[in-house]
Amino acid sequence: MSFVYFIFIPMIVALVIPFLYKKVSGIHTGWFVLVVPVVLFGLYTTLLPMVQKGEAHSSSFDWIPSLDISFISYIDGLSLLFSLLITGIGSLVVLYSIFYLDKTREQLHNFYVYLLLFMTAMLGVVQSDHLISLYFFWELTSISSFLLIGYWYKRDRSRFGALKSMMITVFGGLMMLGGFVLLSIMGDTYSIRELIALAPELANHKWFVWSLVLVLLGAFTKSAQFPFYIWLPDAMEAPTPVSAYLHSATMVKAGLYLVARFTPLYASSEYWIWLVTGIGLLTLFWGSFFALKQTDLKGILAFSTVSQLGLIMSLLGAGAISFHTGVEDNSIFKYAAFAAIFHLVNHATFKGCLFMIAGIIDHETGTRDIRKLGGLMSLMPITFTIALIGSFSMAGLPPFNGFLSKEMFLTGMRSISEFDLFAFDTWGILFPIIAWIASVFTFVYSFYFVFRTFTGKHKPELLPKQAHEAPIGMLISPAILGSLVVAIFFIPNIIGDALVKPAVMAIQPFLYTSTSDIKIHVSAWHGLTPELWMTVGIIVLGYLLYLTLSKWQPLYSKFPEGFSLNRLYDCLMFLSEVGTNRLSRLYMSGYMRSYLVYMFTGIILLTISTVFIQNAFDMSFAMISPIRFYELIIALVLVAGTVTILLAKSRLTSIIALGAVGYTVALFFVIFNAPDLALTQLVIETVSVALFLLAFYHLPKLNRHENRMKFRLGNALVAFGVGVTVTIVALSAHSQKLVPSISSYYEETVYTEAGGGNIVNVILVDYRGFDTLFEIAVLAIASLGIIGMIKLRLTTKKEVNRNEN
Amino acid sequence: MEIVMCFVIGFLFMAAVYLMLSKSLLRIIIGTGLLSHGAHLLILTMGGLDGSSPPVVSPGVTDYADPLPQALILTAIVISFGVTAFFLVLAYRSYQELGTDNMNLMRGTEDDD
Repeated sequence: MSFVYFIFIPMIVALVIPFLYKKVSGIHTGWFVLVVPVVLFGLYTTLLPMVQKGEAHSSSFDWIPSLDISFISYIDGLSLLFSLLITGIGSLVVLYSIFYLDKTREQLHNFYVYLLLFMTAMLGVVQSDHLISLYFFWELTSISSFLLIGYWYKRDRSRFGALKSMMITVFGGLMMLGGFVLLSIMGDTYSIRELIALAPELANHKWFVWSLVLVLLGAFTKSAQFPFYIWLPDAMEAPTPVSAYLHSATMVKAGLYLVARFTPLYASSEYWIWLVTGIGLLTLFWGSFFALKQTDLKGILAFSTVSQLGLIMSLLGAGAISFHTGVEDNSIFKYAAFAAIFHLVNHATFKGCLFMIAGIIDHETGTRDIRKLGGLMSLMPITFTIALIGSFSMAGLPPFNGFLSKEMFLTGMRSISEFDLFAFDTWGILFPIIAWIASVFTFVYSFYFVFRTFTGKHKPELLPKQAHEAPIGMLISPAILGSLVVAIFFIPNIIGDALVKPAVMAIQPFLYTSTSDIKIHVSAWHGLTPELWMTVGIIVLGYLLYLTLSKWQPLYSKFPEGFSLNRLYDCLMFLSEVGTNRLSRLYMSGYMRSYLVYMFTGIILLTISTVFIQNAFDMSFAMISPIRFYELIIALVLVAGTVTILLAKSRLTSIIALGAVGYTVALFFVIFNAPDLALTQLVIETVSVALFLLAFYHLPKLNRHENRMKFRLGNALVAFGVGVTVTIVALSAHSQKLVPSISSYYEETVYTEAGGGNIVNVILVDYRGFDTLFEIAVLAIASLGIIGMIKLRLTTKKEVNRNEN
Repeated sequence: MEIVMCFVIGFLFMAAVYLMLSKSLLRIIIGTGLLSHGAHLLILTMGGLDGSSPPVVSPGVTDYADPLPQALILTAIVISFGVTAFFLVLAYRSYQELGTDNMNLMRGTEDDD
């Protein structure tokens, strides 16, 4: 089977959805949509046995063969894991959304079209082996996410959140494209597999680090890493199914996927290890710390997502270290990739489940504000149970899957402090400490989330709705995810063998040749290791902090609001808008004179500097004709006429002086042996002066007071510059004639070939008749334009119509 | 003579540009007129001013003035005349409609997008 076509199935189904929505109004449109991810999930499970053997499925179809651009679906362990997550959680989210979104009040066709578009995009991202098609799908996720966040487009916050996420993720996407282009030039291929095979050669390329940083920028913006996480909390304005699907389980993991996919290529670089591990850990701490500041349930979950993504990111970085230690090394680095993928799966289960719980609470009580909630345990027992499972897993408590991955995470971070390359021996000790502190905060906000909502005093007077248990359909999806959370704890190795190990194979191909080489056995009880004591410490300290939360939580409001990253983003947007506005107002003055000054100054600078730099000025007296007396006189008359124009007080004088200049030019034509020119010039100058006089006569009465042109130094300088430039260019050009004129041909053949005596006229109508044709056209157009200008008076007509009305 | 002409042409360009930078619409059009005179003379000068007889075939003459620049200038004169005439009527119409010939008053307002 060609799996590349399956990527496009959701997109094709999306085309039909609006028809179904309009025609079949009795059934919730979501039921039709549900079929798509379920069928795809089934299809992808058939590949499971293949990837467990360490094999991969590849299929492609050409898009632009001449540019070597095609859609290549390459399904190995990593892609399959993500594809199963996308379709699996996609099915549950669609099911949940059927009960969450009202059939009559919501624009369901919009919602499901966007969601299906997103599904195609996401499947494309994780399966593409081609850099350009990967980028194509990557941007499609940004766009469909933008549409989904702005789903309730009548709310200001939705539009703001949608725009913010768009700006940040598209910025990252473009950076990533830059990295991809560099990579494709370095390796002369678009295929990621081939690039990875070339990795040792690429590592010494001068652009290697550039492409690394650019690709990471794409991954960090998408996966909401520090400092680009700010779009994620604002994206919580989306409907809750969207938050659960895009902003916890799938899209934000696209960045993680990218890092995992490119690890074999970049693992040799210390920049990669430092950036991925360091930024991941910073994000982990930052997100967990600020999650406690939030009062909105989805806000807490958004920061928790940021924090958990940081955790996975840092583990992926630690997994890259194993490139330098090798398989024989007994350090834990080679398990870090396993831990990352394992936690990625766990996070998708418990976070999806928690988001759905938050949606249920919102749906049944009318608010998500944690200060108004409380005491819902007895009213919503099932919801509470599922929320408890999810939160405890997030906190890393047994018997839930979060415990297993948290233990592996602590082990991974602890071993970083023992790594002795790339300055990790000095700074590495910080890693386990920060990780541990962040875990404590994770514990606190998990408890904060679940116990503030469900225990304590019930405050019905604050709730917009009467709280009650959710309908059963809404509980199915979180219940399935919740039971998975528990199931994975008890049977981690089944998931580990079936899903995680093939993915690890894809991330660390430099360590293993087949999946059976990965000898990792997850066990809930692994002896009295230091990690266990760290977990005990987390629980004890976390519990104490939770009990005293009301004492120290107000400290968060002490943080200066002005220094937050959101403020920085707002300032940046404001400044870029206002700044460019000011800049364009500065030079776009609206005065013709300013623009002419810009242009003339530009011409002067360009020409003079070119002449100067090229050392092109040359003056020779070799080919000049002698100066005759009356030529000099005419030149003086010409100059005198021009000066008169400049100095004239009345406009009439300047018009007449212009006429004088025109007739002098005609005299020049006479003495330089150009009779046709002289004739034309005389006639045309006469008509022109008549036209000038006409225009002069119709001057408005108001401004008819005559005055001399005011002298302005700036104008004079520009004018002088232009004059000097023209003189220099003319002198230089005249002194350096390289080839003789072609006119001798005309002179010889004018009678024999064309049968004429006046060479100029024969050139105009015979040799170069086309010029004349279009010059006639110019005159015709000008005269038609003049007639149009005089005859057509649209504005006056309109006024007449207005009066009639 | 070509050297002198280069300076004369430069002077014409200078005057033309100075006029084009002024406020009055009529002066700007006068400036364009001077500019086209300058350009025409420039073409003629660059073709060489050394011919001793007009480019009309006559027996016994070999030293014609270069006919090609003259043909080019003839075309240019006609085109610049067409454009100038159009400009002038445009100016005349804008006097009628706007009641001013001051370029500074003719700039778009800030709301005028």
